[in-house]
Amino acid sequence: MADSTVVSDQQRSGSGQTAPSRGPYIAVITNRSTTLVIRGFMLFSIGVFLALVLNLLQVQRNVTLFPPDVISSIFSSAWWVPPCCGTASAIIGLLYPCIDCRLGEPHKFKREWSSVMRCVAVFVGINHASAKVDFANNVQLSLTLAALSIGLWWTFDRSRSGFGLGVVIALLATLSTQLLVYNGVFQYTSPDFLYIRSWLPCIFFAGVITMGNIGRQLALYECKLMSEKTHQD
Amino acid sequence: MTVRERLREKISAAFYRHGLLCASYPVPIILFTSASILACCYPLLRLPLPGTGPVEFTTRVRDYTVPSHEPQGDLGERPDWYRGPPVAYIQQVLVKAAVSPWDSTLVPVDVFRSPLGRVFSLLEEIRNHVHNDGSGVRSLEALCLQVTDLLPGLRRMQTVLPEHGCLLVSPGNYWQNQRELFDSDPDLLKTVHQHEPKGLHTTATLRDLLFGVPVKHTGVSLYSRKRVVTYTITMVLGSYDARFLSSLRARLRQLHPSVNCSLREDQMVHVHFKEEIGMAELIPLVTTYIILFAYIYFSTRKIDMVKSKWGLALAAVVTVLSSLLMSVGLCTLFGLTPTLNGGEIFPYLVVVIGLENVLVLTKSVVSTPVDLEVKLRIAQGLSNESWSIMKNMATELCIILIGYFTLVPAIQEFCLFAVVGLVSDFFLQMFFFTTVLSIDIRRMELADLNRRLPAEAGMPLPKPGPLRPREAPPPPRPSPHTITLQTPAFRNLRLPKRLRVVYFLARTRLAQRFIMVGTVIWIGILAYTDPAGLRTYLAAQVSEQSPLGEGGAGGLPPHLGVAPGFPGPGGDPASTLSVLPAPAEPTPLPENQSQGHHGAPRDVPLQTQAPPLVPQISWGAEDEEGWRKLSFRHWPSLFSYYNITLAKRYISILPVIPVTLHLSPREAIETRHPQDTRHPPPPSLKTNDLPADLTLYKVAALGLAAGVLLVLLLFCLYRVLCSRNYGQNGVAHGRRRRGDLPCDDYGYSPPISEISPLLLRGHSMDIECLASDGMLLASCCLAGQIRVWDAQTGDCLTIIPKHGLRRSSSSGCWEQRDGWDAMGVAEPENLGGGTEPGGGVFDEDEGYPLRRRTTPRPALFENQPDLTPLIDTNFDSQPPSHLLLTPPRDGFDFGGLVERAYLEHEPPSPGLTASYPSSSPLSGPPPQRRRSLGYIQPPVPQGQGTPDWESAVWAMELRGNLIAAGRSSGKLELWDAVEGSLRCSNEDGVSGITALAFLNNRIVAARLDGSLDFFTVDINKPLGLLQYRGPPGRSNMPPSPCYSSEDVISCQLTRSVQCAHQKPITVLRAAAGRVVTGSQDHTVRVYRLEDSCCLFTLQGHSGGITAIYIDQTMVLASGGQDGAICLWDVLTGSRVSHVYGHRGDVTSLVCTTSCVISSGLDDLICIWDRSTGIKLYSIQQEVGCGASLGVISESLLVTGGQGCVSFWDLNFGDLLQTVYLGQSSDGQGVRQLVVLNNAAIVCDFGSELSLVYVPSVLEKLD
Repeated sequence: MADSTVVSDQQRSGSGQTAPSRGPYIAVITNRSTTLVIRGFMLFSIGVFLALVLNLLQVQRNVTLFPPDVISSIFSSAWWVPPCCGTASAIIGLLYPCIDCRLGEPHKFKREWSSVMRCVAVFVGINHASAKVDFANNVQLSLTLAALSIGLWWTFDRSRSGFGLGVVIALLATLSTQLLVYNGVFQYTSPDFLYIRSWLPCIFFAGVITMGNIGRQLALYECKLMSEKTHQD
Repeated sequence: MTVRERLREKISAAFYRHGLLCASYPVPIILFTSASILACCYPLLRLPLPGTGPVEFTTRVRDYTVPSHEPQGDLGERPDWYRGPPVAYIQQVLVKAAVSPWDSTLVPVDVFRSPLGRVFSLLEEIRNHVHNDGSGVRSLEALCLQVTDLLPGLRRMQTVLPEHGCLLVSPGNYWQNQRELFDSDPDLLKTVHQHEPKGLHTTATLRDLLFGVPVKHTGVSLYSRKRVVTYTITMVLGSYDARFLSSLRARLRQLHPSVNCSLREDQMVHVHFKEEIGMAELIPLVTTYIILFAYIYFSTRKIDMVKSKWGLALAAVVTVLSSLLMSVGLCTLFGLTPTLNGGEIFPYLVVVIGLENVLVLTKSVVSTPVDLEVKLRIAQGLSNESWSIMKNMATELCIILIGYFTLVPAIQEFCLFAVVGLVSDFFLQMFFFTTVLSIDIRRMELADLNRRLPAEAGMPLPKPGPLRPREAPPPPRPSPHTITLQTPAFRNLRLPKRLRVVYFLARTRLAQRFIMVGTVIWIGILAYTDPAGLRTYLAAQVSEQSPLGEGGAGGLPPHLGVAPGFPGPGGDPASTLSVLPAPAEPTPLPENQSQGHHGAPRDVPLQTQAPPLVPQISWGAEDEEGWRKLSFRHWPSLFSYYNITLAKRYISILPVIPVTLHLSPREAIETRHPQDTRHPPPPSLKTNDLPADLTLYKVAALGLAAGVLLVLLLFCLYRVLCSRNYGQNGVAHGRRRRGDLPCDDYGYSPPISEISPLLLRGHSMDIECLASDGMLLASCCLAGQIRVWDAQTGDCLTIIPKHGLRRSSSSGCWEQRDGWDAMGVAEPENLGGGTEPGGGVFDEDEGYPLRRRTTPRPALFENQPDLTPLIDTNFDSQPPSHLLLTPPRDGFDFGGLVERAYLEHEPPSPGLTASYPSSSPLSGPPPQRRRSLGYIQPPVPQGQGTPDWESAVWAMELRGNLIAAGRSSGKLELWDAVEGSLRCSNEDGVSGITALAFLNNRIVAARLDGSLDFFTVDINKPLGLLQYRGPPGRSNMPPSPCYSSEDVISCQLTRSVQCAHQKPITVLRAAAGRVVTGSQDHTVRVYRLEDSCCLFTLQGHSGGITAIYIDQTMVLASGGQDGAICLWDVLTGSRVSHVYGHRGDVTSLVCTTSCVISSGLDDLICIWDRSTGIKLYSIQQEVGCGASLGVISESLLVTGGQGCVSFWDLNFGDLLQTVYLGQSSDGQGVRQLVVLNNAAIVCDFGSELSLVYVPSVLEKLD
């Protein structure tokens, strides 16, 4: 079932460069690299989990399923899709705080876990809507999802860097998905626009914002440390 | 004033008035709110409860037409799903068959073998039935629902369920609808049973599907009492043809007339099935709910500083939930019926509406000054947040309204609910939550009053006897608004990981809760999803009971009358006698004879209880709709085998066709399989009655046994893991009395701590000031004596004495000496040598670690040249008022010793040292003492002022090797820490110096009159002198904070801010080029160090400032007497957060990179998140413990207490270790605590200093 079920946060970004560790103290470096690994792993698992769950949402849309198939339907898409999503979300989650620190404008807006949870819930909701709600046509669907995604960004992020990165990654991801489709690695059940689902970029965008939000929250302490260093300089 | 501002003001004022109203009349408002909630929820009563149970609709058969797809106006009660043709029509032929009359020669298998055998002829009849009228020939083949393959996963059912053709199920399917197979089947029951799934199942089983009636009603059993077999032949029709069906009905009735049948045949029932919630749909749903709970958890966690945290969290959740209910209710009231799946959109609705406003309100209200009246606090809090609340609400409404214009029905409905929910949520927040909050805060104040009253908390706790170390005093009562982290017992010590895990499990009772929740959920699911099944079960139970009751009414309790192997006393004696004749009866079954003792009781009931010889086939109302007794998943599961879903669709069930079959015993015997007679006849009536109950008992017994075993196992585990004291409150946390072993309540004792304090003794009075720069440590006691210690080794390097005061108590010195011995510090071996000029002097002085100062042998001297400067130090500072003096001889410096002697014993008097004019204005270079070993050069005074011995030292700072001391006379002195010489002094001010800050080469002094003086320390290299005195390379040294002794140091007042504060400055801190002062006048001021210009005046406290923290990262925290803690941004001067954490003064503040730690007069240590200002947790300490704090690393906090220091893990808030400082620990608190760079801490301890290294902790850190 490698079709439209290739969902959501399958973000692939070209430059998966993680935060470089600088700092004079060995302890800080080791400490930071371990936290980096931990963070990356957490983000990865979140990504995999969301990919599986959202995939399931999409699967339900077109098929009537009965118990014997349920478990297999969780893993219905190709095996490499969840790891890809996980890797992508780890990269994005690490990239966001890194860029924040590089730009020197630490993200201060709504830095709380409750807000992050809200963001994740809204993201799942967007996926839910795209899977369950019957839209009149695809244009309406895409427009609605775009509006929802922008709303997500406005509600939980509001940073220009976040928006830019989200758009860029969403485009890249859509492009690579497109390439995969052209190469026949998988296809959608019902492509509506140039062989892909037109709502895909919106979902990608929302996913990027969400993962960035989580990554920032995870990196909050570390980023603070870094900004303090720059202050001292 | 712009419109916006005016609007803002208006809103603020309105909220203020509203807050007053709410706080003034809480009870009426809550009543009003509850009434309105109930009123709005009233329409909900009309809604059907959401569920997965099917919905029924009954129509008449006579004028039935297939409903059209278009909704046809209002058709009365016709439900909206009743559109279009159904998935299928179900026609059941209900067969009741019995062998009659029953013959005693028949074996139990005969009850059902021949009746079941008749199914094949019936099937044949049905299949071959053809209705022929003018319009054509119709047969079942044309009308029935044609099915194709079974689902791939159902291979094992392939032999049983029909494939490729009509969906027609009957018990005959067990034998592939072939009579031959049936006849040759030796064990029918086994065939039936082998398809049953093992274990517990809630869905329809194959047996249910094929028989079409519940298992209990089939009568296919060896123990059936009624001897009537019931089964159905189920035809699933794809299209409806009334004429065919009626002809079939007539044909069957004609073949097998049912005499007393009066079933209604005029109603067909349409059953609509809800969406099936499968695993696949459940997973996303569960995920959203988990996210929702996480959101609620993280939100309500932020509620703090209230009386009942949980109460308010509950109120917040209630607010959101009832606003949702109100929204649904209101929408229903205005004619909109919810079509969305409520369970699915509910989490999203909650998330959209959110708990934010509630939390913001709470935070804003609790941030208002505590001393205000409750009403005013509420009002102020409301009006503070009014603008942001309104703004947020407007934004959300706008966003949702935009969503409304997407013109997608589902989204529109969602948005409609959300809008109404938002508005009602706002209403509830304003009325319900605000009022609850006001009540809560009022309660808190009352509790606060109560708490302040009793004084017994201040009394020392009773000392536990050594024999009963476990019997602990009650833990300190936690203050009402704090969460005490855990029971103190769990925090005593750093436990090994495994024990922590186990304790965590035990503490939270995770396992029990999981099991409990799981059970409840399971029961809930059972009760919710399978109501029909339960109901049928209950009904079955009831109906089973009734014949039993009748039997009992026949004479005797059945259990007496039916005892196995014993016919019972109540039975007819003749029947008991018939035990013997029974085998003698002419039975064609030889097997039966071999089991005579079994067969006998079988006959007994036949005669005593007189079962109907002619089994009654009765038709009752319960047969009309026999399918109701089946699980409601019966039809969906039948269809699902062929991949047809009934979700959101309906089927039509036609009235059953009754068929009654009476078979003769002869026929039964003829159809008998040779092996049938092998079946053991029912051994007794008891088993006849209670086959099901027996399994029930078995299960119950097994369950009970398992439960007992589990309990025993848990008990053993409990015994092993938790020894005796579980449940009692352990030692009041941390402050273990001396003499107790440091083992926790569970008998676990960590390795005896390596941490032992090093006591630095020498001060004669309590230590007043403590300063350190990492390498050196300077302390000043009340007597005015300044001592400089090596922070690494604890050696006393220098004494800067004060001559004004003398103390004559030699006994204390002896004690000190003992102390040193005990501490294992090397006894100064040279002290007692003959080089000492006077015994008395020696006596007084041996308390010091004098190894370096009194090295007698020249050889040693040359090896340690840099120690000699220490020798002369005391001479420099000797005032000219020495009278009695032991003259220094043979090159040894006894100045310090003499000083000490004078200090202890002698009144001040002019002496020989008067020749050392320490007050000389000449600022010459210091003498090169390194080269003048053993020779006492006349000290050249370097300072520019006279040491002022008359006034007390109020403030002291240490940088490099310069000690800056501020005196009560307003004089600022700079001392050389190594040499003990006065380098310069400044007497520009007259008001006492209350606080000092020494940064780079600047000194800031805060004075009692509120003025602030900035001094610059100039270091002039005496070039000319250096040419012949110093080593050639020395002058090239870059200026470093470590001033060399040759430098001429001058201290000049660069700027004096006269009225920095209106009231005395209490705190002065300097870091990162900023100087921050806090004063009694409630303000904090920030100055730039370079140009001493005032950058900001920070206002926000409503009490005097008592604590300030600033570090290199420009984070400024201030705490005041009002118990508030403010975090400021030093760059902008804005207040980052403002929290109330303490009752009474904040006494100490420390920050790490992630959190702020504060301690207050209320003996509470609060840990706050630095970025958000959320209180992470608080530690309630013992009453009267010190308030000093220090942070050793990111996660290690050290606090001072009564004669001890405690180390805490900041991440978990648990106590790592408590170190006792001395033998006489009681009564002396640690007031000051300085953390050195090398992970040592220094704290004052009465007249002693204590140096504590924390090596073990360090190992664990990284």
